Amino acid sequence: MDIVSLIANVQGMTVLAVCIVLGLAALGTAIGFGILGGKFLEGCARQPELSGMLAGRMFLMAGLLDAVAMIGIAFALYFVFLNPFVSAVTAAAKATVGH
Amino acid sequence: MNQTVAITPNEYIQHHLTYWTVGHGFWSLDLDTLLVSVSLGFVFFFSFWIAARKATSGTPGKWQNFVEIMVSFVDTQVKETFHGRNKLIGPMALTIFVWVWLMNFMDMLPVDLLPRIAAWLGMPFGANPEHVYLKVVPTNDLNMTFAMSLTVFGLMIFFNFKVKGARGYAKEILFHPFNHWTLMPANVLLRIVEDIAKPVSLSLRLFGNMFAGELLFILIALLPALIQWPLSFVWTAFHLLIITIQAFLFMMLTIVYLSMAHESHDSH
Repeated sequence: MDIVSLIANVQGMTVLAVCIVLGLAALGTAIGFGILGGKFLEGCARQPELSGMLAGRMFLMAGLLDAVAMIGIAFALYFVFLNPFVSAVTAAAKATVGH
Repeated sequence: MNQTVAITPNEYIQHHLTYWTVGHGFWSLDLDTLLVSVSLGFVFFFSFWIAARKATSGTPGKWQNFVEIMVSFVDTQVKETFHGRNKLIGPMALTIFVWVWLMNFMDMLPVDLLPRIAAWLGMPFGANPEHVYLKVVPTNDLNMTFAMSLTVFGLMIFFNFKVKGARGYAKEILFHPFNHWTLMPANVLLRIVEDIAKPVSLSLRLFGNMFAGELLFILIALLPALIQWPLSFVWTAFHLLIITIQAFLFMMLTIVYLSMAHESHDSH
């Protein structure tokens, strides 16, 4: 197989992987925030005087929810722009052509 | 003076994702991260010190007010969460919160601003403007966030030894949560997994948020002008929230981990 179709193949797979990562991250975060927000609103409705403290705690939990999703997004975006798999293919191609 | 060669979007993005690295392999230093983080540390340290020097018990000025708000905020968090006695935790929590927030805030500056200034300053010294790489957000750098979280991890282990003693620490590792000598390997394994997950998640969370934020800014910078302004405004506003949450979270988790290092599980 020539190098161009190899690289295109790797990039196509990378695009699919990135889309799956981003989609699942968004899905998980959205559901998590929905449940968290719903519980927060319920808590505020039951005890309105605690709404300040509950809001602070909610943002704390929101940061934790975001964590793994953001890690996934960071890796996915890294694959899009600085694709290590394409560099590996290019390096291997250079090695075989070099000698 | 201006580059007449057009840069492709990909090159623009990759240019902005490259660090100003000096050295090779293990000893490569990201100079931009180091310089920006140290100078921001000095900014924080100096400005808070000025407030402490000029503190009056009469009507406080605006800066003293602000510093008092910060200090009392962190103090409340520490008092609520930390169940030990340690003089280090309060100042460290304040440092982590304000310093991480300041470092994250560098993301708010336009992506090209400081690199262009640096390139312009480097021209008299013969630096090629295309090879000036400056990433101004230190927490964007995995090295920075890991440095902070590994420091917290080291402090955790240190305080574990100091407060519980070697014997108490060993007892906690070997006999918690399963209190039977045949299940010691399971306890150790669970403890190892938990203790590795803490610094790794702490650093990767901050890194992921900041890296994704800056990458989105770079991507927005590539869009045509009409879409760019409203989108950039929306993302900037949201990112301000994320910056504050992430700095607050780093501080809270540090306090929680160090509190767990100070108390034994059996006391619950």
